[in-house]
Amino acid sequence: MDNRIKKLFAQKPQGLLSVYFTAGYPSLEDTVPIILELEKNGVDLIEVGMPFSDPLADGPTIQQSSGIALKNGMTIPKLFEQLQEIRKHTQIPLVLMGYLNPVMQYGVERFCQKAREVGIDGIILPDLPLADYVREYKAIFEQNNLSKIFLITPQTPEQRIREIDSHTNGFVYMVSSASTTGSTNGQAVVNTDYFDRVGKMTLKNPGIIGFGIHNRDTFAQACNHAKGAIIGSAFIKALGQEGTVAENIQNFIQSIRN
Amino acid sequence: MKYAVDENGFYGKFGGAYIPEMLYPNVEELRQNYLKIMQEPAFQEELQLLLKDYVGRPTPLYYAKRLSEKHNTNIYLKREDLNHTGAHKINNTVGQVLMAKRLGKHRIIAETGAGQHGVATATVCALMGLECIVYMGEVDIERQAPNVARMKMLGATVVPAISGSRTLKDATNEAIRDWINNPEDTYYIIGSVVGPHPYPDMVTRFQAVISEEMKWQLKEKTGRENPDFVVACVGGGSNAAGAFYHYLDTPEVKLVAVEAAGMGVDSGESAATSVLGKEGIIHGSRTLLMQTEDGQVTEPYSISAGLDYPGVGPLHAHLFDSKRAIFENITDEEALQAVLELTRLEGIIPALESAHALAALDRIGAKPDDVVVVNLSGRGDKDLSTYLDRFQLNG
Repeated sequence: MDNRIKKLFAQKPQGLLSVYFTAGYPSLEDTVPIILELEKNGVDLIEVGMPFSDPLADGPTIQQSSGIALKNGMTIPKLFEQLQEIRKHTQIPLVLMGYLNPVMQYGVERFCQKAREVGIDGIILPDLPLADYVREYKAIFEQNNLSKIFLITPQTPEQRIREIDSHTNGFVYMVSSASTTGSTNGQAVVNTDYFDRVGKMTLKNPGIIGFGIHNRDTFAQACNHAKGAIIGSAFIKALGQEGTVAENIQNFIQSIRN
Repeated sequence: MKYAVDENGFYGKFGGAYIPEMLYPNVEELRQNYLKIMQEPAFQEELQLLLKDYVGRPTPLYYAKRLSEKHNTNIYLKREDLNHTGAHKINNTVGQVLMAKRLGKHRIIAETGAGQHGVATATVCALMGLECIVYMGEVDIERQAPNVARMKMLGATVVPAISGSRTLKDATNEAIRDWINNPEDTYYIIGSVVGPHPYPDMVTRFQAVISEEMKWQLKEKTGRENPDFVVACVGGGSNAAGAFYHYLDTPEVKLVAVEAAGMGVDSGESAATSVLGKEGIIHGSRTLLMQTEDGQVTEPYSISAGLDYPGVGPLHAHLFDSKRAIFENITDEEALQAVLELTRLEGIIPALESAHALAALDRIGAKPDDVVVVNLSGRGDKDLSTYLDRFQLNG
């Protein structure tokens, strides 16, 4: 099983930087350039957001980037078309993240097959419940060598964390605090009890912290308590700045890591 | 019961709880406790007393003589408009606020379209001394100003939803986001039979008092418990769910669900989900949903803020799919005519939502001897400025 996410964690067990962006934002055809530029700047894993009209778990920044991406004409077929040749250019692990309804309309099985075909490694669908996944879709994901990534929160009971861990592979997405994405309540990484509690559970999957990670400090703190961290809203804000996509990415990644 | 929710929270293939993990502990806590709490004698005692002395139940079942003559059948109006706060919504908020207290929550959030659910929530929060935050679409804040004023008077904070079409769907999104951000102390009082399981079932049970009363009231008035038709409007569908509930397993009672056609089902400006929708996920529930081919939710339209919603509750999706209920749709214009008709024939000014049910009376094929119950879900005070405008009664 040649899954790039597993390989990544084997090769580089600490300090991973994962970046989320909304496909189709700022412009429809930015998807591939953003992926290649992120890789060039040393990002370890990329989450490509599939925009949805009603993103319940997202704060204002991703709501807005999703709205613009949809206006620009982004759809799941369009995204797969853009990613068709991506594996000729990069081997960075790629995860697709979005909401269940557009995937359901596309067809879950067809979606997984197409994802495998273009070289996707993992899928995050926050509103697909664990029980439904196990009952209806797990076999399809596994057949297509796709990691199904699940979220846990500070409120997720230990037993459920273990259940999630047992049904997934790749990594566990640790939501830093109870919030929608892009929350800047400042509590992003002070929740060390929760991170350390999960750390002590010695799960089979590594954990990455997301939600509220937005600068050098919060990234560094998150990396002290997990294998790495995910940055989404803060990166999308950076993409919306004046300047080229390449410049904005370079400046932003440097501000986080160097 | 054939149409009851199953153990996984489904009505046929509709329902479930499609929620992000952040909401799971709260929804799961509710799922594990709601039936147990509702069955506690102390809970029932408190609920029944409030329904009687505070809400003013039972609401009358009124034989509308002149309306009956006009439509050449026997029409009874279930007067939910006479409830405290002016609509059926308070049946549910009284129940859910007691549920929130049992679960130890002290911050209440709600979404509202027409504002009736917002007012009903603000009311019970004032009664119980709880903090209340109501999300309401910016468009609805404008077109239902009297209800915004009432909520403020009751001490609630009204937060405008400024995304999407700035109506009920968007207010619901914002309420769900609030709940994600406040998982410990907050209880979400959903106003309709929508959302993740157990909400559709719980709200249906709290609204079922409507058909429970209908049965004995009809028996008193006509000698029979079962009407030939029950007619109710459907946005999310809570008043219809309550009016249908005790007749669901009585197939000889025809259930008529009336949706808002807006400017017409083919106009692109409509909220007739059963015609325009297909299976999908909205607000945590698998149901019928107006959406594009790519699965993006379509912005609905209706003159009635309470029916301006791109989905229906999963129970209604199942009733449609299984053909247990007949679905009709009524345009803005037809609803307005029904408002004027009821006002001038019976001296009752209905809410725009309820007027959609009244406007379907000529569609259902009722015979002169038939008994038809229309659920008059709310009164029209909140819509007066629209009415004065449309009927050119200003100045």
